[in-house]
This record gives sequence, C-alpha cells and structure tokens, in this order.
Amino acid sequence: MDWSQSLRLIAPEETLSVAGLVLLLIAAWGGDKSSRLISILAVAALAAASFLVAPALCGGAMGPDTSAFFGQFRADAFASYAKILIYISAAASLVIAPKFFDRFDAMRAEYPVLVVFAALGMGIMVSAGDLLTLYIGLEMNSLAAYVLAAFLRTDDRSAESGLKYFVLGSLASGILLFGMSLTYGFTGTTSFSGINSALSSGLSHGALFGIVFMLAGLAFKISAVPFHMWTPDVYEGAPTPVTTFFATAPKVAALGLTMRVMLDAFGDQAAAWQQIVIFISLASIVVGALGAIGQTNIKRLMAYSSINNVGFMLIGLAVATPQGASAMLVYLAIYVAMSLGGFVAILMLKDENGNFVEDIPMLAGLSRTRPALALGLAMIMFSLAGIPPLFGFWGKFVVFQSAVQANMIALAAIGIAASVIGAFYYLKVVKIMYFDEPADVVKGENDIWHKIILVASVVFISPLGYLLTKWLGGLADAAAAALYFSL
Amino acid sequence: MIHVFAFYLFAVITIASAVTTITARNPVHSVLWLILAFFNAAGLMVLTGAEFIAMLLVIVYVGAVAVLFLFVVMMLDIDFAELRAGFVKNFPLGLLVAIVLLAEMVLGIGAYRAGAMDLGTPDGAAATPAGASNIEAIGGLLYSRYLFLFEAAGIILLVAMIGAIVLTHRQRSDTRGQKISKQIMRRPDEATVNVKPEVGKGVQL
Repeated sequence: MDWSQSLRLIAPEETLSVAGLVLLLIAAWGGDKSSRLISILAVAALAAASFLVAPALCGGAMGPDTSAFFGQFRADAFASYAKILIYISAAASLVIAPKFFDRFDAMRAEYPVLVVFAALGMGIMVSAGDLLTLYIGLEMNSLAAYVLAAFLRTDDRSAESGLKYFVLGSLASGILLFGMSLTYGFTGTTSFSGINSALSSGLSHGALFGIVFMLAGLAFKISAVPFHMWTPDVYEGAPTPVTTFFATAPKVAALGLTMRVMLDAFGDQAAAWQQIVIFISLASIVVGALGAIGQTNIKRLMAYSSINNVGFMLIGLAVATPQGASAMLVYLAIYVAMSLGGFVAILMLKDENGNFVEDIPMLAGLSRTRPALALGLAMIMFSLAGIPPLFGFWGKFVVFQSAVQANMIALAAIGIAASVIGAFYYLKVVKIMYFDEPADVVKGENDIWHKIILVASVVFISPLGYLLTKWLGGLADAAAAALYFSL
Repeated sequence: MIHVFAFYLFAVITIASAVTTITARNPVHSVLWLILAFFNAAGLMVLTGAEFIAMLLVIVYVGAVAVLFLFVVMMLDIDFAELRAGFVKNFPLGLLVAIVLLAEMVLGIGAYRAGAMDLGTPDGAAATPAGASNIEAIGGLLYSRYLFLFEAAGIILLVAMIGAIVLTHRQRSDTRGQKISKQIMRRPDEATVNVKPEVGKGVQL
C-alpha cells in the first residue's frame, strides 16, 4: 500500500478535519460572537470538500486505485455521490440555522463545528471498506448528532429528544457491534472483501446471526420499521435546522453504508438478507403511511414521511441488482431535495411575533395569506406523494422499474398500492392550506437564505427536474457500478 | 485440560454476573456484579494470551468506569444504613465470592503458564508476530495499518468532549471569573483610595 496515494484519496476527510479543528480554535477564542464567521467558513470547507470529491464521481472512479489504507477506506464514485449529497445537506442546515437559533438567543459557535465533524463521520461511513471504518464513522456522526439534537438547552423537548436519541442510538450501536463481532468471529476478518470471500463457501448459522444483527442496527440508523419509534419524537423535539440535517445527511450516510455492507460484504449472500430487507421496506412504507395520518404536528408528519420514503428506497436494495442500487441513489438525491425544501418551508412558518408554527391546523388557508410559501409547500407535498409531473414521481418510478426488471412484481405492486395510502396525508396538508378557512396565523417575515434554499429545491423537484434525469441517472449508474466493482 | 476448565469457569461466571447486573434491584449491587463480569472477561482474555487487553479491561473498565458508575450511583437516593444492616447475614455469600475469585486467580495463572489457547481463527491474520509482546504487536498495527482509524477515533473523542462542554457549560451571571491580566496590571496606587465620607452617607467604590 502506498501511503501518499492513501493520503491523497482521503483529501476531503483531511480538509474537513483540519477545518473542524481550526474552527474549534476560532470558537474557543472568539466565543459565540464569532459564530457567523465560523458558519461561513464551515460552509466554505464543505464546498471545498465537495470539489475534492467531484472528480471521482464524474470520472466514475472504481477499482483498486480508489482503495486507501489496506482497503479500509474507499474513495470511489459511490462514496463521492453520497458525500456530495451529505455535504450539500450539511451546508444547507448551516445556512438556515442562525436565524432559527437567534430567535432563542442560542446560536453557539460549536454548532457549525459539530456539523462539520458529523459530515466528516458520514463521509467515512459511506467510504467504509472495513467493519472498523464503518463503526468509527458511524459513532463520529452519531455522537455529534446526539449533541445537536439537544442543542436548545433551555427547551425541554430538545433535551428530551437528545436523550432519547442517545439512549436508543447507543442500544442500536450495541446491536450493530454484536452483529459485527459475530461476523468477525465467523469469518476471521473485518474487511468487507475478506468477509465476502470467507462467506463464499457458504453461510454458517453464526454468520447469519451476524447479518441479522447488523441489519437491525443499520435499520435503526436509517429509521426503518420496526426500529423507527425514535424518529417522530426526535424529529419533533430537535431544533428545526437540526431536524433538517437529520432528515437528509445521516439518512444518505446510513443508507449508503447499508448498501455497502449488504451489497459488498454480504453481496454473495443476497438470498440470506433479501427477505429481511423486503419485509423492512414494505413495513416502513405501510407504517410510515398509516402513522402519518393522525399527526397534527408537521415535523412529526415529516418524520413519518421520511420513514415511508426510506421504505421505498429499500425496495432498490431488496432487488440486489446494480439497477436497484442506481435507482436507490437517484431516489436519494430527489429525497434530499424534497426534505430540505420541506423543512425549510416549515422553518418559514412563523406567526406575527416570530414564533415558529408547527401545528397543521394553523396552516389553514395559507394559500390566501402566503401564496408563494403555500405553493412551495404544496409542490413538495405532491412530490413526496410521488404524483407526476413532479420529480418525486421519477424516484419512485425508477425504484419500481428496477423491482419489475428483477422479476419482483409483487414487491412493486404492494409498494405502489401503499404509496396511494401515503398520498392521503400529503394531500390532506394541501387541502388544509388551499380549501380551509384562513386561520391567519402565519405572518412572520423570512430570511433571504431560507427563500433561496426553498426556491432551489422546489425548482429541482418541479417538472424542470426531468431535464436532469439523464445526468443524474448517469452519475447514479457510475456510482452503482463502482459499488459492484469492489465485489 | 486446565484451559478448558478455566475457560468454562470464567465464561459461566461472566454470563451469570452479567445477568445479575441486569436483574439486581439495587443499583449498587448491579455495579458490583458488573465489576465481577469485567474481571472474568479479563480472565478470558488472559486465557487467549492477550494479557495486555486483560490489563486494559481491568484498569480502564474496572478502575475508571466502575468508579464513575459508583459516583452516579452515589447520587441516587440509597439508604446506606439499610445496606450495611445485612452484613452479618450476607457474610457467607461474600466469603463464597471471595473463594471463587481466589480459585479463578489460581486457575487463571495456571492456565496462563500453560500457554495461550488456540483461537482457531480461519486465517492466520490474528496471529501475534513471533518474538513480539502484546503491546508491541498492538502498537505496530495501530500506528501503521490502522493509522487512519486511530486518528479518526481521536476525533470521536474530541467530538464527545465538545458535546459534553456544549451541553453543560453555561455563562452564569451570578459568579465572577478571575481576570488574571487585570490583576497583574493593577498598580498599588490604584488599589487604595482615601475617602472622607460624610456622616450617614455610604462610600462609592
């Protein structure tokens, strides 16, 4: 192994760690007054890291040239695809944060630093080529996330969500570690390629238990049913910019990690985990759709919506083909845009005193008082429901297409049927906004940055997004090919 | 023979004390059972020839973590007088635990003298390099092969530290911090002033 080559491959990680450490020093000396400067620098560092990973994605990097540190770290096109989504989401949650925290007088200089370190950990997660890398990336991300969830110390709900996330997250990490230790015990190695070749002669019961426990731990991290219970509580309690972050970047990272583990380490054992993933995905779709119906808090509704969307994405994993992986990646990109737009729109719902409005009934008649905001939110809701001609339809379409191509027609049929149930609650929000008598609550002024992000994501999910299908599909295909090459 | 016997002894007591850690109603008892579980896990490590990890288990977990846990437990509302009341009644049980521990130590040392157990790993990847002690072998891997992960683990600790400070540190308005530079800059003639207050009026400082 060539050290200089390895160090070159981890350039984005080096950039983010150095940036995080320098920003921490600025935070230590400058105090909370410097939080604006630190936020700008953190966004710049994330942009720099995105530029560093972009060549690997555009060039479709794969194979031994992309493997660093004895195969523990992979900087291939797949990792780059996921990392760009992660860095964009992290940067967006930094941009929208100051206005929110200023309201509670709680903007602290450590917020951008923690987001940068979380992004670093998520980058390591999607680049994992070894169980140890997987766990270290996961913990780096999780520890930062626990603190971010409890960031509004004066708010009881925020503290509660942080504590819940911490306790349940530690339990999930424990389950994951148990699965990893079983896998290591029965294969004698922690590297994904080593596990794959050790299992080529057949799967013992112990290794099967390892797969099941690892899948359970990972399902918690992507908030798939039956490990989803924490999601609505944490999403509701956490400060909204942090919820935006949770709904986007860690989802991408955990799904990317799940794909790496299942398709790479256990790629030849697809028959062993396919039925588990099918169950998880269908259960997530159904529970996500049914659970959302009774919700009156829009952040909880979005939490159930994310559970529902994760279910659709897992269909792409369940088919265990390169087409499925590519479809999943396309869906991920669209999902990130929809979630960013959705949560930024929620962040823009303020009453005349500047308090944040989260109750769905309060949105009644929004189309008459704030037509632009109502239109944006309605388009995001339609897109989440997967109604053509919006771009959210394309994500569901490619996923179902991959399932049909892999001859899993029953899976696709149940998925489509359940997405009709899901459409109900998205449309309910639209109905309240457009056809109910105005509650006349949402009146507050908004920050220009919130508007820019909302407009950008709405344009992306609008029918204009279809101009990107070829480009996005090409990138996702390259990323999926890189994922399959390392087998 | 002594290996197998020692292995089952350590393994059974580890599992049994782990179970009692969870089922014990008294948190203090839980912590004590946990320490017993750690000790036996360390014994298992000694059996496999990983004496350095055994040492780490005892020092890090039994030492630091158990003390930390005890601190937390002390903050709970526990009636210690009631705890001490059963001393004479529970003395035989304590004696039994002590005897078991003594037997374990004798067995463990005996098994360690007899050489490490064969772990039966599928490939030879986990074998200790010949002629190197545990610490040398771990250090050699940690700073070369696993350098990236080692550095990343350092960042995790940093994140944990930032988190702990972010969540607990707060500026309090009712306390006054020490400003050392201001203290040093102070001159004697600034330190004392002569005032002649009028009768019945206070002094403005």
